Amino acid sequence: MPKSSLKQTLQDLDTKKISIRELNQDYLKRIKENENLNVFIYFSEDNVLKQIDNLENDNSAKKLKGIPIAIKDLFCTKSMPTTAASKILENFNPTYESFVTQKLLDEGSIFVGKTNLDEFAMGSATNTSFFGNTINPLSKENEPLAPGGSSGGSAAAVAADLCLGATGTDTGGSIRQPASFCGVVGIKPTYGLCSRWGIAAFASSLDQAGIFSHNVEDASILLQSIAGFDQRDSTSAKVDIPNYFENLDDNLNGKTVGIPKEYSIDGTPMEISQIWEDAIKVLEKKGVKIKNISLPHTKYALPTYYIIAPAEASSNLARYDGVKYGFRSDEIDSLDEMYENTRAQGFGREVKRRILIGTYVLSAGYYDAYYLKAQKVRKLIADDFNKAFKECDFIVTPTAPSAAFPLNEKQNDPIKMYLNDVFTVPASLAGLPGISIPFGKDKNNLPLGIQILGKHFDEQQVFNAAVSLERSYE
Amino acid sequence: MNNLIKGEKHDWEMVIGLEIHAQVKSNSKLFSSSSTKFGSSPNSQVSLVDAAMPGMLPVINKYCVEQAIKTGVGLNAKINNYSVFDRKNYFYADLPQGYQISQYKYPIVGEGKVTIDFKDGTSKDIRIVRLHLEQDAGKSLHDQNPSKTYVDLNRSGVALMEIVSEPDIRTPDEAGMYISKIRSILMYLDTCDGNMQEGSLRADVNISVRKPGDEYGTRCEIKNLNSIKFIKQAINYEAKRQIEILESGGSIEQNTMLFNTSTCKTRPMRNKEEAHDYRYFPDPDLLPLEISKEEIGKIKSSIPELPDELKNKFIETYKLSNYDASVLTAEKQTSDYFNETINSDSELKNHAKIVVNWITSELFSLLNKNNQDLNNSPISPENLGQLIKLISTNEISGKIAKDVLEDMFSSGKTARQIVDEKGLQQVTDQGEIAKVIDEVIAENSKMVEQYLAGKDKLLGFFVGQAMKLTKGKANPKMLNDILKQKLIKKN
Repeated sequence: MPKSSLKQTLQDLDTKKISIRELNQDYLKRIKENENLNVFIYFSEDNVLKQIDNLENDNSAKKLKGIPIAIKDLFCTKSMPTTAASKILENFNPTYESFVTQKLLDEGSIFVGKTNLDEFAMGSATNTSFFGNTINPLSKENEPLAPGGSSGGSAAAVAADLCLGATGTDTGGSIRQPASFCGVVGIKPTYGLCSRWGIAAFASSLDQAGIFSHNVEDASILLQSIAGFDQRDSTSAKVDIPNYFENLDDNLNGKTVGIPKEYSIDGTPMEISQIWEDAIKVLEKKGVKIKNISLPHTKYALPTYYIIAPAEASSNLARYDGVKYGFRSDEIDSLDEMYENTRAQGFGREVKRRILIGTYVLSAGYYDAYYLKAQKVRKLIADDFNKAFKECDFIVTPTAPSAAFPLNEKQNDPIKMYLNDVFTVPASLAGLPGISIPFGKDKNNLPLGIQILGKHFDEQQVFNAAVSLERSYE
Repeated sequence: MNNLIKGEKHDWEMVIGLEIHAQVKSNSKLFSSSSTKFGSSPNSQVSLVDAAMPGMLPVINKYCVEQAIKTGVGLNAKINNYSVFDRKNYFYADLPQGYQISQYKYPIVGEGKVTIDFKDGTSKDIRIVRLHLEQDAGKSLHDQNPSKTYVDLNRSGVALMEIVSEPDIRTPDEAGMYISKIRSILMYLDTCDGNMQEGSLRADVNISVRKPGDEYGTRCEIKNLNSIKFIKQAINYEAKRQIEILESGGSIEQNTMLFNTSTCKTRPMRNKEEAHDYRYFPDPDLLPLEISKEEIGKIKSSIPELPDELKNKFIETYKLSNYDASVLTAEKQTSDYFNETINSDSELKNHAKIVVNWITSELFSLLNKNNQDLNNSPISPENLGQLIKLISTNEISGKIAKDVLEDMFSSGKTARQIVDEKGLQQVTDQGEIAKVIDEVIAENSKMVEQYLAGKDKLLGFFVGQAMKLTKGKANPKMLNDILKQKLIKKN
């Protein structure tokens, strides 16, 4: 099934080769044909048709006019409910539009629906959702595969060509890992590039919005649309957003790539080591200098992440208490009972597990040993990168330690599940931009991903390296 | 000064520290743009941020930060260039986020001190540990429905300054003076409206007792007291309670107490074991607050004269006593009123003590009687100045002036108008006074004899009679002098 690119579609719309209605009806048809994948938590054909009507009556020029986009159901949207894949927000209808989705609406894009995710973005397989698993579109008959997570719905939506791009959020790898599993492009920009305003929070110091797309060019177009300073988010960065697409340059001659030795981990499948080597060879051929670098604190990244993220989550999710909005248990005889039953019934197992971990590591007597120490290690990890980037322009690693795994695997082994983030978490802790692009296949013909990391706010270099690798691979 | 209280067996000393919560005077909340206006209909001033909707983020209100810095300067305290907002996590229905944004390890203001002045002319410094910024919670309304609690989030997110003192306070009176002084400083700075009834200023009191010279005892904290009267009552009750326990051989449990304002008793709310673990950690939604020396300097230079500076100025300029000056400067409206009065006529500067007395005793008692405030006093400083001028130039007597003041208060007329209309000018014509005295002497010849026989007290009687005949208008000094002269001549 040849997937048309966003760039091509924009041209086709411009030259009237296709109308907005025709384009979106094509996507609507595919969405309905693929309902079994459980990609969307919210989908309404009427809602999409209404958006088409509105755009047809709109004569202004808009950059993404008529482009079908899928939205991770963690972004608050006015025209569609927002659940964070949790029972506790079932039927929650925000009265406000997140910064990122508002930007996409301003550009004239059409929201085809709200995509499935791990509950409150906590997971690596989109299997902790209150609304059921999403199935990886690359699954073979009778052997359903996980799409990765937490933004598995968005990754699957792009992979199954149910949209021309999708939003995701990445806290420890939630864009890059599912992009790798589904064979699509996924970019998590620098922390602070896109405002978090209107995104249900998981771990505030790590959460960052990003993009899924069919190719690097499309990602560069879409990221530019959602980036920018927002005074409503104190951690939003005041930086100029370049025209990533116009500036794309696949000539990497004279650049230096860093190859961190700590990312060679025992037990990594051969195929993954192989595509990493292949990528390095391609870059070398393009005149890129190969530099072996060391990020010595890498091995502490995962435990550090699994202290900081749950700590912040335990506090961020305290607002879901049944008092103001969302689900409230019927069994309430006292205020305490309302909290206990609402949260016991409203949250799933993984969310509860992380709230407990987070509460524990912040508790009196444990704070110094866990949270404070983790913050110190986080600083060391960031320093590792800062040092490394004095010697190289970008870093290349595998995205995930495996290809997409069967749906029910690792379900009952949280540690195994957490290991999925081993290559993605360090950059999250350091707030660096990272992209995953499909690069090679495993023995079962499943896609594997290469991750490119860049300096803070150097998304352009990340895109340039990515587009160069992508073009050489095609 | 003896600050000890008597128990059955020993004398005891109270050790008291206060945590004052002062609402920052600001049009909008600490982290949102909602209005802070008091008394609006429930939940009419609640933004998406205040209601903790998913994905909403706090943004610091710079004005509140400036107000906190100003207050810090007023408390002679160190302003910290670097401070951090932390989350204090606990569940309550009127705490929408499930945490309060506060400052824990790194407050915006560090150590400082304020001075309290006693009637006997002495004074004492109370040390401040810190001042930090935090959000107020909403209100749970338990009395609207027999089976339900309602929540009003209008107050949710309003900026508070928590001012923590060292345990330097030793008596309920000192506690009252301390909070009055803080209130006064905040109102001079215009950083808090000081309205204790509306809850803009409230305090938690930490109190323990000890035998003089001993180490600090175990303390209890009495929560949320919103008047100076209640603070004193609560301290008195709690100190007695602790002393009774200790003298009967018991020990104090470190409890958090509530004060019942109708029974005037404290009762435990929770003990140490039940104390919350607030799991403080830096709020990842907010960057640390970094304030440059220049910014602090700019705020410092914008600060108005504070009560202590003003007090010293009054003492120096007008030769007032420390106590008079501290009464005048305790409230900004009083010192403003005094300033306007004394500056309304250049003559008045030489009669400062009279001006003080007329404001702090005569005018205050009139205002009190009529349940009014200096802010809306029907007598303007200029008019009071005019009245005092009439006294100081002997146009009217002090006694008549009191009647004139009352007339001014009720009619709104000026002192001059009233004196002219009613012909209240003092009689200073010697001949006229002498005529009246002759009349009095003639009519009371028996008494004159008694006086001359040595009954000196009768002098007052003659003065009274003469005053009566002049309807109180005779200049008292002249009347006295002439009367004495005439009586001597009789001898």
